Amino acid sequence: MNQAEKEQYLREYSLLKNEGKPFFPYAVAKDSIMAVIVMATIMLLSLLFGAELGPKVNPTTTTYVPRPDWYFFFLFEILRVMRNVPKFTPMATIGIPTLCMIGLFLLPLYDRGPERLITRRPIALASGLATIACIAFLTYSGANTGSPNSVSLPAPPGLTAAQRATFYAGEIVVGESGCEGCHEIGSNGNNGPGPPLTHIGAKRAAAAIASTLKNPTAPMPSFANLAKTSPKKFAALVSFLSDLQ
Amino acid sequence: MPLPKLLNRPAPTTTQQSPNPVEAATEAGLTVVDWIDERTQISQGLRWMMFRKVPKGINWAYTLGSATMFAFLSQAVTGVFLAMYYRPSVTGGAYESIRNINDNVFLGQFVHGMHKWGASVMIILIFLHMARVFFFGAYKYPRELTWIIGVVLLILTLAMGFTGYLLPFDQRSYWATIVGVNINNTAPFLGPYIGDFLRGGPEFGATTLSRFYAIHMMLIPGLMAALIGFHLYLIMKLGISAPPWLKAHEPEPVIETVEV
Repeated sequence: MNQAEKEQYLREYSLLKNEGKPFFPYAVAKDSIMAVIVMATIMLLSLLFGAELGPKVNPTTTTYVPRPDWYFFFLFEILRVMRNVPKFTPMATIGIPTLCMIGLFLLPLYDRGPERLITRRPIALASGLATIACIAFLTYSGANTGSPNSVSLPAPPGLTAAQRATFYAGEIVVGESGCEGCHEIGSNGNNGPGPPLTHIGAKRAAAAIASTLKNPTAPMPSFANLAKTSPKKFAALVSFLSDLQ
Repeated sequence: MPLPKLLNRPAPTTTQQSPNPVEAATEAGLTVVDWIDERTQISQGLRWMMFRKVPKGINWAYTLGSATMFAFLSQAVTGVFLAMYYRPSVTGGAYESIRNINDNVFLGQFVHGMHKWGASVMIILIFLHMARVFFFGAYKYPRELTWIIGVVLLILTLAMGFTGYLLPFDQRSYWATIVGVNINNTAPFLGPYIGDFLRGGPEFGATTLSRFYAIHMMLIPGLMAALIGFHLYLIMKLGISAPPWLKAHEPEPVIETVEV
């Protein structure tokens, strides 16, 4: 906006303002009604949904699936999508939101055109709608993401019914044990620090897998305890991993 | 501009004695108001604030900003009541005190729920308000600074959501916060320092919770209150923006040139 456009705007604004109504009571009335609606909504949400408290914190657990509040789902989703590309993860989780915030922050400094009507600001309209669509999509897919502790691999063909049952039992043990914090299995899990397990059965025999589980290389936790307390679960785990051909 | 009758009363005369106690009390009240006004001269400013004109065509979309502020005030009030019962202590404090609020304190769960859901309502309102300002082009000259402060308020509101999430100290809040702090940790250059600052050291421990509590209930709310004040001052100073589709009628020139 140049000086003439600024003066033109201020002149038009003062005319519109003179044609307007006093703040009290006209604007105050609308604001008060809105305040009552806001308070009623908050109270209603509180009465309907309360504030339930989850189980007490346990810093030693390795299987808990963290979820943020819904308004951080879009960040959470970016992190989830980018986690298998460690090189770009910081860029995705910090870079993109920071760039968006800086873009938002400096908006009035780079968008200085005198036009205010949205139908005559095609770039602003398009980028505004695109931003809303992106955040809505990321929030939606973040909300519908399954637990990263589950494995969604189909049983390999050529297994008997009993072997298939063991395969799925092993899948559950993998989810419970939090293996995917460090290992990639199919499309689930993190790629690193542990090696990917998608084809581990083709590389190691079942006996080798069992002995690695009992005497792993640090920092992987040992599963010797599981083998002692519930040998059935341990067997399912070993059989699942050796079926990953 | 019309004034309430109360403000237009003639100054009380000292010679006239009012026998009625109600009238005497009214006179006393007015004397107090006059006494304050004589020293602060606040009535002039209040009158200007309340009776300033808002431009033609203001609609319901213009109430979103004040609605966000009411959500903030509701958060402040419910937050004060929660702080009366909350103990920011990791070892046998935080989680148990929230349990106590939910189970034993009169209306405790209701107030806790209002605080929890009020956060969501405030975030929705702040985004709707921002969308209104964006699509109406209201951030343009002369209201650029109002927008910039608004973006800072948005960031602070999200920071409130992040720091408040840890305080109940259940599994969900603990692990979500670990992830959040780790994300901050990956930021280039400043990341490790931000992580250390938030945790209060290299490990996530007892100091972390009290640090989050102090940030959540003192640092950010103080900043927000000050910035909301500045935001409101600018709005009053510059006037509420008019809807962009309205065009002002240029007044007819009073003196017309006459051809002779």
